[in-house]
Amino acid sequence: MAERKRPTLAVWKFTSCDGCQLSLLDCEDELLAVAGAVDIAYFAEASSTLRPGPYDVSLVEGSITTAADAERIRHVRASSKVVIAIGACATAGGIQALRNFADVGDYISAVYASPEYIRTLATSTPIAAHVKVDLELRGCPINKEELLEVVSALLAGRRPEIADESVCVACKRRGTACVMVAHGTPCLGPVTHAGCGAICPAYGRGCYGCYGPAEQANTAALSAQWRLLGADRRSIHRAFRTFNAAAEPFRRESDAHGDEDHPA
Amino acid sequence: MRSDEAQAEPGEAAAGAGQRAPRRLIARDQLGALIQTLAGSGYAVIGPTVRDGAIVYDEVRGVADLPAGWTDRQEAGRYRLERREDGALFGYAVGPHSWKRFLHPPAELLWRARRTEDGFAVEAAPPSPPRFAFLGVRACELHAIAIQDRVFLGGTYRDTGYAARREGAFVVAVNCGTAGGTCFCASMGTGPGVSAGFDLALTELVGDGGHAFLVEAGSEAGATVLAGLASQPATQAALAAAEAVVEGARAGMGRRMETAGLKELLQSNPEHPRWDDIAARCLACANCTMVCPTCFCTTVSDRTDLAGGEATREKRWDSCFTADFSFIHGGAVRASRRSRYRQWMTHKLAHWIDQFGTSGCVGCGRCITWCPVGIDITEEAAAIRAQATGPGKPEVTHGDA
Repeated sequence: MAERKRPTLAVWKFTSCDGCQLSLLDCEDELLAVAGAVDIAYFAEASSTLRPGPYDVSLVEGSITTAADAERIRHVRASSKVVIAIGACATAGGIQALRNFADVGDYISAVYASPEYIRTLATSTPIAAHVKVDLELRGCPINKEELLEVVSALLAGRRPEIADESVCVACKRRGTACVMVAHGTPCLGPVTHAGCGAICPAYGRGCYGCYGPAEQANTAALSAQWRLLGADRRSIHRAFRTFNAAAEPFRRESDAHGDEDHPA
Repeated sequence: MRSDEAQAEPGEAAAGAGQRAPRRLIARDQLGALIQTLAGSGYAVIGPTVRDGAIVYDEVRGVADLPAGWTDRQEAGRYRLERREDGALFGYAVGPHSWKRFLHPPAELLWRARRTEDGFAVEAAPPSPPRFAFLGVRACELHAIAIQDRVFLGGTYRDTGYAARREGAFVVAVNCGTAGGTCFCASMGTGPGVSAGFDLALTELVGDGGHAFLVEAGSEAGATVLAGLASQPATQAALAAAEAVVEGARAGMGRRMETAGLKELLQSNPEHPRWDDIAARCLACANCTMVCPTCFCTTVSDRTDLAGGEATREKRWDSCFTADFSFIHGGAVRASRRSRYRQWMTHKLAHWIDQFGTSGCVGCGRCITWCPVGIDITEEAAAIRAQATGPGKPEVTHGDA
């Protein structure tokens, strides 16, 4: 068989915790296969050898929170054939998008000893708000199996098999009894995108919504049910305001349940 | 045994014309002997067991694995286990799992292909599926299995994986003695007593200090297994008690579906305002389709590995509540929750009859209990009927639409 030309891969970090990049290093058993299949040209987390572009594929972690970020992502886009945003920061703005609901100046004053050194934007925004993104891989953090599937699909020139369904479907395939129905535990699973393999309900916990809103997420109907299960407005507000707080359906639902400091 | 065979020749093994096989009585401990016998014959014995606050179906190795003294309380969107005093082993209704999980599994590898020097070689699916013995199959579930038999085996294209699992299965049915709050098999004509499609059928007789099972063989294989158990002829009192058990369940149905004209009603009301009302509550989460014992839809995904040396084709449960399900060139045919719920409910209760000759609903109530927001198919059908434009006036409906 003819040797496939190994595509060049770059991994970029913007505002993020590095957890999604680490999913790539966490591949362990498959890491050698990854290294054999792609030419890792730029991956600061893994190697100090950083080669210039252009790159066939760029994995982008993190959100845009500074003017420098906003400039740098354009260069990444310009030097990459395919751009894949990985993780809740890159696809929804991440936990740091909580600043979008507040005055960033207040945050800076509260957190930093010398606020005058901080240069930051008022909002944290996903990569797709700045440049064209070819594929978004959800999650906080992403699932390494899904990452391997995307890379394998790119190499084969086929569509990645990333199911666009709710966490409930994964729970049911797995055979987990619904924690909302059987235990009365509030769960975000019905409005959350699948991808994690429905881990939390398998351990008796409600879904935390790490993978962001599912398609057709009916957050209002779910909130109404949470109220029946005894959740108060504040806990609903907080449940929707985590890693994917700025994703539109979640943003709308947390807003509908009052401001953090002034519960409606 | 195939259920359609049993239905085609009812009473074949009966002692006399119009009669069923003579029923026998076994003591509680013989249920353990039954499990041992089946396991010893090479079956993976699957039965009800308590896990994570629900009664699910999983491998059982003895009577100790069964939910002794447990019952369930079910309402729309709510399920709770509770203790019962009598130590009954089957004193509850159906839970979140159905036998579909084993006959039509959530994921199934269809084939694997490996690259070779001059092309590729395909390996078909694993050759020897497990032989299942199902313990505690309810009347509604026997009907559900018969429906999936028609779907997977009745048409031009047989599902070979399903066929292998189905034909190897041994079915121990149980007559229901406790109806759940969301049960409505009596109104669907699918229970609570079992009539066909089993190898053995049990009726649990518990109370007054006794605990025994009335057993009926429904096949040669069942009769052989029964002959190996310590049993006695059924007394008139036991037969009467068994009758009362089923009648008790029939009287205790938590829900009812009016089936008269239901197909025409739904088919003539595609623009009923109730669909909008449902859409406001529906999460499109797909739970109803996952727990439904007759929902059969799957998607097929092809994957390749990193090195490009291997490809696999896998079949997975899918749902008409996802956008991908109806996605074709240009977008999803059913883009809204309204259209997805309407598709599911009208298929289940109406178009299914055109397609397969029976309703797709067996009245088990799972879609009601396990809907996270408690949408009730019997209540929705009643609401549509209450303000229907049809049936009988379908042309008016279409004119209005």
